[in-house]
Amino acid sequence: MLRLPRFSYLRPESVAEAAQILSEYGPRARIVAGGTDLLPKMKRGQIEPEIVVGISHLPELRQIRATKDGGFEIGACVTLTEVVDNPALQAAFKGYTRAAALVSSPALRNSGTIGGNLCVDTRCNYYDESYEWRKALGFCMKKDGDICRVAPASATCRAIASSDTAPAAISLNATVRLVGPNGEREVPVESLYQDDGQFYMTKAADEILVSLRMPNPGTWRSSYVKVRNRGTIDFPLVGAAAALQMNGSIVEDCRIIITAVGPKPLDVSQSARPLFGRAIDDAILEEVAVEAAKPARPLDNADISYVWRKRMVRRAVEQAIKEAAGVA
Amino acid sequence: MGDIGSREILRLSVNGQNQELLVKPYTTLLEILREDLRLTGTKHGCEAGECGACVVLIDGTPQLSCLVLPGQIEGSDVTTIEGVSDGGKLHPVQQAFMDHGALQCGYCTPGMVLSSKALLDSNPRASAEEIKEALAGNLCRCTGYVSIIEAVEDAGRAMA
Amino acid sequence: MTTVANDPNVELRVIGKSLPKVDSAGKVIGLTAYADDIELPGTLYCKLLRSHLPHAKVLSIDTSAATAIKGVIAVITGDDLPIKYGIMPTSEDEHALECEKVRFVGDPVAAVAAVDEETALAACRAIVVEYEPLETIESIEHALLPPSDEPIHDYAGPGNIHRIGALEFGEVDEGFANSSFIREDVFFYEGNTHLPMEQHSATATFVGDQLTLWSSTQNPHYVHRALAKVFEMPMGHIRVVAAPHGGGFGGKCDPFSHEMVVCKLAMITGRPVKCTLTREEVFYVHRGRHPVMMWVRTGVSQDGKILAMHFRTALDGGAYGSYGPASMLYTGALQTTTYNIPAYRFEGVRVFTNKAPCGPKRGHGTPQPRFALELHMDKIAHSIGLDPVELRRRNYVKPYTRTINHLRITSCGIEEATDRVIEASRYYERKKRLGHGLGFAVSSYMCGAGLPIYWNKLPHSECVIQVDRGGVSLYCGATDIGQGSDTVLATVAAEELGLWPTDIRVVSGDTGLTPVDLGSYSSRVTFMAGNAALQAAREMREILVGAVAEKMECSPKDVVVGDGKIGELSFEDAATLAQLRHGVLTTRGTYAPPREIGGRYKAAGVGPSPAYSYSAAVVDLDADPYSGEIQLNKVWIAHDIGRAINALSVKGQVEGGVYMGLSEAMMEGQLYRHGLHKQPSMLDYKSLTFFEMPEVETFLVETVDLEGPFGAKEAGQGPLLPVIPAVVSAVYDALGVWVDEVPITPDKIMRALDAKAKGREGRYGPKSFPQISYPTIVKVPPFDASSTAF
Repeated sequence: MLRLPRFSYLRPESVAEAAQILSEYGPRARIVAGGTDLLPKMKRGQIEPEIVVGISHLPELRQIRATKDGGFEIGACVTLTEVVDNPALQAAFKGYTRAAALVSSPALRNSGTIGGNLCVDTRCNYYDESYEWRKALGFCMKKDGDICRVAPASATCRAIASSDTAPAAISLNATVRLVGPNGEREVPVESLYQDDGQFYMTKAADEILVSLRMPNPGTWRSSYVKVRNRGTIDFPLVGAAAALQMNGSIVEDCRIIITAVGPKPLDVSQSARPLFGRAIDDAILEEVAVEAAKPARPLDNADISYVWRKRMVRRAVEQAIKEAAGVA
Repeated sequence: MGDIGSREILRLSVNGQNQELLVKPYTTLLEILREDLRLTGTKHGCEAGECGACVVLIDGTPQLSCLVLPGQIEGSDVTTIEGVSDGGKLHPVQQAFMDHGALQCGYCTPGMVLSSKALLDSNPRASAEEIKEALAGNLCRCTGYVSIIEAVEDAGRAMA
Repeated sequence: MTTVANDPNVELRVIGKSLPKVDSAGKVIGLTAYADDIELPGTLYCKLLRSHLPHAKVLSIDTSAATAIKGVIAVITGDDLPIKYGIMPTSEDEHALECEKVRFVGDPVAAVAAVDEETALAACRAIVVEYEPLETIESIEHALLPPSDEPIHDYAGPGNIHRIGALEFGEVDEGFANSSFIREDVFFYEGNTHLPMEQHSATATFVGDQLTLWSSTQNPHYVHRALAKVFEMPMGHIRVVAAPHGGGFGGKCDPFSHEMVVCKLAMITGRPVKCTLTREEVFYVHRGRHPVMMWVRTGVSQDGKILAMHFRTALDGGAYGSYGPASMLYTGALQTTTYNIPAYRFEGVRVFTNKAPCGPKRGHGTPQPRFALELHMDKIAHSIGLDPVELRRRNYVKPYTRTINHLRITSCGIEEATDRVIEASRYYERKKRLGHGLGFAVSSYMCGAGLPIYWNKLPHSECVIQVDRGGVSLYCGATDIGQGSDTVLATVAAEELGLWPTDIRVVSGDTGLTPVDLGSYSSRVTFMAGNAALQAAREMREILVGAVAEKMECSPKDVVVGDGKIGELSFEDAATLAQLRHGVLTTRGTYAPPREIGGRYKAAGVGPSPAYSYSAAVVDLDADPYSGEIQLNKVWIAHDIGRAINALSVKGQVEGGVYMGLSEAMMEGQLYRHGLHKQPSMLDYKSLTFFEMPEVETFLVETVDLEGPFGAKEAGQGPLLPVIPAVVSAVYDALGVWVDEVPITPDKIMRALDAKAKGREGRYGPKSFPQISYPTIVKVPPFDASSTAF
């Protein structure tokens, strides 16, 4: 049986205490919420904390509450299933709840949390392997080694951003609340990520993501399209989130975020400008999608060829826009 | 803090029985069930959340026991395959799996039965599409899934 | 051997019914103890240290640091297990632990027994092995070149060739000369693995001088033999128990190093020792589907009759022999069991590479050539302007004939199977729309290999039935791997004894308790063990009927058996009556295939079977002309089962075969990169989920075979075979491009579409077949009934 390495489990009484523990133990400690990302990686020796700090028991992290501006604040330890099953969230943030519904499998979504999915580790099929496998090939810079196996000339790790919910949250201008030993701050979800598969998050190691704030969507309509090999379990090979503001059939504003094509989700909303002020048709969609796909840089570190994945960006963007507009 | 990984007490209910166990904090619920409690009906196929063989119900919800730590289930109510039937009387899902040939080697069956039970407990009239959706994380290499869907539909009719 | 039971009109009480499997009650309540569920008092836990290099000499192994770890009880290396073994007598090339060289990433070199798995793993990591790396051979083409340093093995050859052969039946050159159309095609079938849900596990004890091994094996008899060889112990002191099985598909057919190792560690420590593989290790243990390159050339007459066929294969065998010699021959053996091929030439080669060893997976060696042959038939049909189904019909074999390679065909439902799926799918009435396609293919499979793996004259199956105190126990060495073999045996006995299948206590797969059966491979159990059970049950019935007739003072002919009664007596009373007269009641049945089923030439041992099943399938799908993504809509499959012993179980086997065929066709591949398995996990090695699996409509064609038990044939492997080519054929129907390589992933379809869009051939697949120096062709004389293999 594949087993976990030794660690101690701490159950802080509050988020502040959890942050204090992180601050005290530094990289020796890790937060666990649902455990669905951390625990397999610990079993494979990719992450080796001595102390695992559980936070999913903290009631303050388990609430979904309406905010004054007409949006919602979702606690980090709310499970993906709870988000998917919440009618109010479904109605307001279709792209986000759709993305949550497409994460892995039902049993995993019953444990996996929304905070965990935003923080989900970047993936690479040179990295998501056992200790013995990685040793056999030679370790990579993300863990125990010093080069990127998929792009040896790269100065940074090219593991793939694999959160389904992140692009959807970004497309809806969501923010997250981070609590650290020195207090709290709120940042746009978009600014959580950076173009480095190893240090893929900008938050400090002792900061805890405590909630996701979804602002009042107003008239924004959203969608998320996930490309993967199978209809379940699999991580995204390409993901595209779209949010649209429409006046009748006329597009007034549009945000497009693509993911799984590099170490961070990419905001390619600029490519949607030709849509503004007109109705959606196939020709304009193709123009937008071709442009949106340009910055995508898939590499040979996931399932199915990277040429195909690159091409599927266009398809995913087209579908996402159509679904958000309700013309699919 | 004591030594890394020193044992701690875990209190939970398994199949209606209260348990007080001294467990390593780094063992998963899967290991606690199989090795500490010798409830080997819960199977393991990957231990990484990829196959669904180890699904048990935690407070009625199907979860992957290979990814659950003792620290996360203090006070929980766990149901394993051993706790599904009512004494000698099979649960309708178990009976339907037998009647429809929805198991061959039977290794994925405990996870399938528990995922199905959880679905039907909340939605006995689940459609074939809803059944697929609910069982999507449970892999089976023998049946081709066809007979499992038939069995769950049938069990739902019996429970409705 | 026409028997009353094989009269299609005879009324049967339990045979053919849809009943739950006899072992399913324990499985639905979680009480069935699979190999890893067995936990004996004082058990030690074993982990193997595996090579991290694909090909290297082992210079030294230092276990001292491992031995010093608290909780480590024993550490062993190859020096402790010096005797080689292997499933095929000609290829006994495996050490339980390698001490001279390693041949793939995952090759075991040392083993630890410790108080728990955590300690055993830590100890494995503390073992220091010094290696000298050798050149890594990663492809068939590479393996065919002279090795730059040394070949992977020091036997067989030249170079890295394991087996090579060339046979010709009939006048092939003449056939081609007379052909009005000749076509050549090249195909590649990527290897894949079984992916059983259960990871292999084994526990051994050594008490007194008796060794006992509980293991998730399909073939306890062959494991038994291998243990006797490795430990130089008499067979009588070794007992191998096949634990209830969590999925085989051929993956648990070889004797494995972890089985040898736990036995050795049990001997050293005096305690039970268990080893359960991790999922990653299961990928290394492998023995799965060979990657095969194929080239086929066929000549047909004006009216589409095959006049000659020349088939070449090259198999990537991985690091060890396994079933390889048979696998190689199987890639050429069963082309003739669906189509009447009057002249046939086969050239095949299996090479060693530094990858996990390949072996038998469901359909053993035949899904690859079946994929190639069926698509080749499609292409011939398109080339000569004939409907692909019609082309096949013109060439179907007829029942009770003999193939050019000397195989005896008996019952054959290929025509009827074709009719059923063509009608049900409305194959000819479909409306053409872009991206929608139907594909059709047929196949045939054996009901058990005609010869055992090693030469011996023992029966292939034996069965003992014991009646004591009114209870019936049936003992047979066959192993229920989920396919339902215990149910088949119980049902056969129940029919004869007037009982219900759950009235029969089946004891199976235990070399200490059950008479020999070669194992659960080659789809042999229903036919062979089923016949042995039938014979034993009939004899028992005679004894019981005789006793009752004597008491009733009537003729045995007048004693009605059924519904739990023998004449006027309950079964229990009848059994007690007979037992008082004869003592404990035992009868036996035995089965060996008839002599005349195959030829007598060298290599004639692969292909003969006492009967062949037939399958036909139509696959309906939509393929996306932009992305190449496939949506499977429906599969119609008709299977010539001879007669269903349990219709529910047969349906399950057929659906499971369809599923596995679809999964192989769509996504399964055992891929390597830099000498390492690319995706050794259930997440990255893709298999179909509930979402991809389409509706399946199954038709059972009952041809009632004259020699099968109650007319039954196999269902475990055959129905997989037509599905794979039917998927690829349907993609052609949908998009007009050929993908001559499986799995048919969307990127391959996309590339074929791109090629077509650019005005090139709309095809993705191998460009050419490797240059191979096959040996001089052996021309086999026509079949001579007076001279057969058996």
